[in-house]
Amino acid sequence: MKYTILVNEGPYQHQASDSAIQFIRAALEKGHEIFRVFFYHDGVNNGTRLTVPPADDRLIQKAWSELAEKHGLDLVICIAAAQRRGIMDADEAKRQGMDANNIAPGFRISGLGQLVEGGIQSDRLVVFGD
Amino acid sequence: MAMLHIVNKSPFERVAFDSCLTHANAGDSIIMIEDAVVGAVDGSSFSGKVKAAMADKTVYVLGADLAARGLDGKAMDGIVSVDYAGFVDLTANNDTTQSWL
Repeated sequence: MKYTILVNEGPYQHQASDSAIQFIRAALEKGHEIFRVFFYHDGVNNGTRLTVPPADDRLIQKAWSELAEKHGLDLVICIAAAQRRGIMDADEAKRQGMDANNIAPGFRISGLGQLVEGGIQSDRLVVFGD
Repeated sequence: MAMLHIVNKSPFERVAFDSCLTHANAGDSIIMIEDAVVGAVDGSSFSGKVKAAMADKTVYVLGADLAARGLDGKAMDGIVSVDYAGFVDLTANNDTTQSWL
């Protein structure tokens, strides 16, 4: 079965990112396909590579990037939500005249149409958030 | 069309769980994850509503989240404990899912 996952909550806020990661791991293990993971609202904060949690805490951003690399996941960050929260890739940083970018490996920035397409193309849309 | 309702907030924090119970149809499934798992414990001011829902709906709890809160083995009789693989199966076996955020 084909899934799109929507993450609406930032990492370390409650548990939504952790739940989504565990759900995706279990789904992949069962042979399901993850068509796309879309990060919206504060969920875009999952995609900054500059997070440095304490040494004894879990690395949520790294878990996403590793999942993306291992399974070829399409991790898409909503551009409007990202701009509000200072999440930038190189192109966007240049366009906005910023001196740096912070997008994490495996993530890309795009529009809400990607969420709509995920909903249409997938058998299930499962939402995690606040 | 059977629906899986996913609840992730304590019924004592938000009304989402209560709203879910009033909207879910007979034959639907409800899974408690994250802080919603406290709704699985008997003897609270909310447990009667969950018991009533079990008359025509199946109620599940994510075992890992229950255990993480020290509530292992404290779920009411009739509530089915599942792992993440079981959670995935529920999303696949129901026609659609609704997260009560």
